Amino acid sequence: MAEVVIEKLSKSFGSVEVLKDIDLTVGDGAFVVLVGPSGCGKSTLLRSIAGLEDVSGGAITIGGRKVNDLAPAQREIAMVFQSYALYPHMDVAANMGFGLKFAGIPKAEIAARVSEAARILQLEPLLKRRPRELSGGQRQRVAIGRAIVRKPQVFLFDEPLSNLDAALRINTRVEIAKLHKLLAATIVYVTHDQVEAMTLADKIVVMNQGRIEQQGKPLDLYYRPANLFVAGFIGSPAMNFLKGEVVAGGTGLGADGRIAIALPPGATPGMKVTLGIRPEHMSIAVGGGDLHLAATVELVERLGETGFAHLRLASGTVVIAEIRGETGLKTGDRTHVALDPAHLHLFGADGRRLG
Amino acid sequence: MRKPLSAFAVHAILGLYTLLALFPIVLVVMNSFKAKRAIFNTPLRPPTPSNFDPIGYARVFDDSALPFYYLNSITVTAGAIFFTLLFGAMAAWALTEYKFRFNTLLALFLSIGIMVPIRLGSVAIIQLVAELNLINTLTALILVYTAQNLPLAIFILSEFIAQIPKDLREAARCDGLTEYNIFFHIILPLIRPAMATVAVFTMIPVWNDLWFPLLLAPAGGKQTITLGVQQFLGQYITDWNAVLAALSAAIVPVLLLYVIFSRQLIRGLTSGAVK
Ligand SMILES: Nc1ncnc2c1ncn2[C@@H]1O[C@H](COP(=O)(O)OP(=O)(O)OP(=O)(O)O)[C@@H](O)[C@H]1O
Ligand SMILES: [Mg+2]
Repeated sequence: MAEVVIEKLSKSFGSVEVLKDIDLTVGDGAFVVLVGPSGCGKSTLLRSIAGLEDVSGGAITIGGRKVNDLAPAQREIAMVFQSYALYPHMDVAANMGFGLKFAGIPKAEIAARVSEAARILQLEPLLKRRPRELSGGQRQRVAIGRAIVRKPQVFLFDEPLSNLDAALRINTRVEIAKLHKLLAATIVYVTHDQVEAMTLADKIVVMNQGRIEQQGKPLDLYYRPANLFVAGFIGSPAMNFLKGEVVAGGTGLGADGRIAIALPPGATPGMKVTLGIRPEHMSIAVGGGDLHLAATVELVERLGETGFAHLRLASGTVVIAEIRGETGLKTGDRTHVALDPAHLHLFGADGRRLG
Repeated sequence: MRKPLSAFAVHAILGLYTLLALFPIVLVVMNSFKAKRAIFNTPLRPPTPSNFDPIGYARVFDDSALPFYYLNSITVTAGAIFFTLLFGAMAAWALTEYKFRFNTLLALFLSIGIMVPIRLGSVAIIQLVAELNLINTLTALILVYTAQNLPLAIFILSEFIAQIPKDLREAARCDGLTEYNIFFHIILPLIRPAMATVAVFTMIPVWNDLWFPLLLAPAGGKQTITLGVQQFLGQYITDWNAVLAALSAAIVPVLLLYVIFSRQLIRGLTSGAVK
């Protein structure tokens, strides 16, 4: 296994700059997850690492070797595609051993590696089937098996689970986590799924419009998002944002009144700020209080023990608060919502985190 | 219940068409087994024990040159199919997969070939073949037929290759295959049904052609069977037994080839499926 170092990477399609100034280190044996809105360049970054796209600038180093000018096969990577991309005219065993055959590896060695991968992925009974005779989950495992047998330095996954149904997705997610431990593999993984990102990653990289907005441990991103974009992107339902400005000893929220919070250094009165708080850090409160805001219930969604209340504040902003158990709230009720001071995030006018 | 009726109508029309198309062929095959007198007296009746006479076949196969004419036809047809498929698939792959300067222009140029009949260039072709010292060779015919069939082959195969998912080729690249190996081990197996289609389209006009054999290889033992049969058609006397027998026998190889390709076609259509 090896470390992947990306420095000042940029990529343009014609005049459109798709990746801008990407700096990223994937540690040896690390599981790095790329997330971001559709079209932000996740696949392009992954394909650049794989060597399927030529980059316009910067350097990619895998295991201490600069690979910019190497073909995909020479980079010692293996890619698992969203569409599985199995060779339809070959059976499972041939699919997995295909690359090895062309690498000039002896037949016995290929057979050994294929049966080893088949054992790990529980594909043994399926080795003689064609891809079209497999279910989606089985195909996905074959695609992963094809990657394993090549013993690559780095595994690249592009939304590998997005074609699976919910239950299978959870199963396969757990399988991939186990596999990562078993193989001690370096993995770069693209996903749209928050849960996949939070549970699998050693490091999450949040991308937006071709740039990295923030990279770090999943919980660091959750508890200390570096800017408004990351704050809004990580977490579901998304963080609530309240616009306001710094006043002496707190923040003025217009019609919602002023709340007293500890201000970070550099926050001067009159400064425009955005206050962020996650639904799980808000609770329904009876009556006014220090960090309480008056609200009208717009909608209550119960998911079982927990649920979400959509609340309209005096300023007209709608926020979502998590509720637990039987609250008796119903649409039209007037109530108060309490903010947890330990989990308030303050962002400056430029969107960056303050403090 | 309109459906069975319209299905019946469709079948009736197709049946009628089949009858119409097969009638001359059946007539030729039937009469090839009859004595000369019976051919003229009762041309529409099948052979009976009394007028059965395989004299035509005897004459055809006794003729020392005719088996060679068959072989020539088979060589030319097989050669033309082989090169059309090979170069057609390669060109189609290059034109769909690689982006290079003049890519579109080249594709357009090739598709013009579909609309312009190659026979318009006959004079130039004769000159070219003569310059190359290829008159009365099968090579000349194979080259001309390959050129004639390439545009349509490229057109059809491009469509099929474009439908092969991009991920598949990229997976192969990650697997370390060279571009040639991707072409031979991934692309070719996946476009087999399309190649069978092209082969069938290519084969029949080539097998039946009289024009280019007449112009480019009319002598020297390099005649194709269509041309070879002409020796039985005299200005004053025509050996109908031999002509009919030769024509009947000429159906067999092309029929065999068709059966082979059409099986590929059906097998190809039911495999494939990527996702
Ligand atoms: N071959 C290409 N030519 C031109 N533009 C491209 C090409 N491939 C991707 N792009 C553009 O690059 C941008 C990033 O694409 P990319 O596929 O990396 O997005 P993504 O983050 O993977 O999105 P998704 O989550 O939808 O898969 C998009 O705006 C896309 O339109
Ligand atoms: Mg993508």
